[in-house]
Amino acid sequence: MAITFNPEDVAFARPLRERLRETWSSTIGALKRDPVLAGAVFVMLVGLFLVAFSPFLTRTDYTRPEPFLRLLAPSGDHWFGTDDTGRDIFDRVLVGTQISFLVGFSVTALSAIAGTAVGLVAGYNRILDNIIMRFVDALLAFPTILLALALIALWGPGLFNVIIALTITGTASKVRLVRSQVLSLRESTYVEASRVAGASSIRILVSHVMPNTLGIVIVLSTFTFASSILAEAGLSFLGVGVPTHIPSWGNIIANGQRHVQVAFWVSFFPGVFLTVTVLAVVLIGDALRDHLDPKLRGRLESTQRGDDE
Amino acid sequence: MWRYIVQRLIITIPVVVLVGVITFSLLQLAPGNPAAIIGGDEASPEQIAEIEHALGLDKPYFQQLGDFLGRMLRGDFGTSIFSQRPINQLIQPRLQPTLSLGVQVVILSTVLGVGMGMLSAWKAGTRIDRAVMVFAVLGFATPGFWLAILSIWVFAVNLGWFPVIGYSPLGDGLFQHLRSMFLPVVVNSYLGSALVMRISRSAMLEVLREDYIRTARAKGLRERVVFFIHVLRPSSIPIVTVVGATVGALATGFVLTETIFAIPGLGQMLVQAITRRDFPIIQAMLMVVAVTLIFVNLVVDIIYAYIDPRIRY
Repeated sequence: MAITFNPEDVAFARPLRERLRETWSSTIGALKRDPVLAGAVFVMLVGLFLVAFSPFLTRTDYTRPEPFLRLLAPSGDHWFGTDDTGRDIFDRVLVGTQISFLVGFSVTALSAIAGTAVGLVAGYNRILDNIIMRFVDALLAFPTILLALALIALWGPGLFNVIIALTITGTASKVRLVRSQVLSLRESTYVEASRVAGASSIRILVSHVMPNTLGIVIVLSTFTFASSILAEAGLSFLGVGVPTHIPSWGNIIANGQRHVQVAFWVSFFPGVFLTVTVLAVVLIGDALRDHLDPKLRGRLESTQRGDDE
Repeated sequence: MWRYIVQRLIITIPVVVLVGVITFSLLQLAPGNPAAIIGGDEASPEQIAEIEHALGLDKPYFQQLGDFLGRMLRGDFGTSIFSQRPINQLIQPRLQPTLSLGVQVVILSTVLGVGMGMLSAWKAGTRIDRAVMVFAVLGFATPGFWLAILSIWVFAVNLGWFPVIGYSPLGDGLFQHLRSMFLPVVVNSYLGSALVMRISRSAMLEVLREDYIRTARAKGLRERVVFFIHVLRPSSIPIVTVVGATVGALATGFVLTETIFAIPGLGQMLVQAITRRDFPIIQAMLMVVAVTLIFVNLVVDIIYAYIDPRIRY
């Protein structure tokens, strides 16, 4: 039987624009089929909108204390009520979106880049692998918040230190995942083929192995995003995260905790925003995982969980 | 079996040592002089020198590291900078509240998680299944400290069923103790069980597809027997894994829970140490938690080998 080569049969030979259009239409299709997923994507879009425009949507000066407006219940003037210094909670919660998304995106991006790079090296070099993996095992023995608390105790509280502290543990879990992926990809036929064809190790790693670890890293990244938002809120709640003059969902909840007996709304509303955001990210992550590979389910959860809320 | 346990123990040793190295070296990551940071802004040069000497910071790095690891090996956590008392003494009265919380939460979250997961797998595809999964996903996404505050508002402030805060030690009687721990235990167990539910369900669904389950059903065994005898054991490996991982998540939860409910445990001590920059206590807590979690993983591995003899080889 003669093998005929028809360029149109080969998926990667099609122009990028066509492939993008196909991805777009299949995404829209998935959203139409699954209204819960559509809701999750909508929540994320609203979140992004608030990140960009929330400072323009506020109706009060959300940083200035108003002693006469302390702990007012939700009303037409103050939809979510006011906190113990009379600041409008609705405005503070809207602006607090910025901190959560900033932490979420920074930690996710930094740990994905660092984790992929170190994971590729570990998966490829036996000697470095041993050293790196022992170190990763040891790092993962510490729960995220505990390690973050220890680092912040030294560096002092603050947004930047929170991001760095959370990135360190986020990176460790990605190194482990990328490395295991590299180990199995190394034995695959196409890697063998390109090695036979004379490609260098670095070329194989960067152009054949790395693209195939991307999917799994993206899925794990959604969990990192969700858990780092929760961790930031927890740290700010303990008063070692974002300073209180910058509204963050965690420090608004902390403000309300002191007055839970008389003013539950202070803690209630930022918590709802936090939960809904995390829920949306987790649902999107689930959908991505099922789309990429339904068999991944067990593996991802056993490497990721256990170090966050 | 014993050979397997010994092998696992040997693999664990370098990780424990590295945990010690990381815990110790954190102090070196400090920007500038760690003694000055611990002392705070008002510390005089003499006080800083004193802290430096107390922590052994005036010695070379490797000697310090060796001293630190040696002390940890002997179970000596050093002296608190704030209270000037041995940390071992400070830890002792705080063990009981944390352990009590931990044991209750692990038991309740496992029972709740496996039970609901089994229910969900049994009723797969029905409304009950969907309700359990919504419950599980919500538990996954809800911040524990927020749920804790809400539970105080609903059950303690409004309904008055439990004290708002205030911890009763076991010495006050078992009932008083359990009552004062009820809200923190339930909140943490719910969050801890969320993942156990999901994993139990999917593990059991996978086993339910096996031929021998069809055989068991075909020979007329009751569903209850099929589930408890033929499904539970083969699906328990992923369940044990996730219960082990939950213990790690709980360590985080306790820091926040103990602060909110004013439980005088290790988590609360850690938060106090952080505001006081009492670094020896922070290091002690890091060691205790990390070594506990490594030990839990070791136990999980041994349970694997017990459940599935193939793993021993």
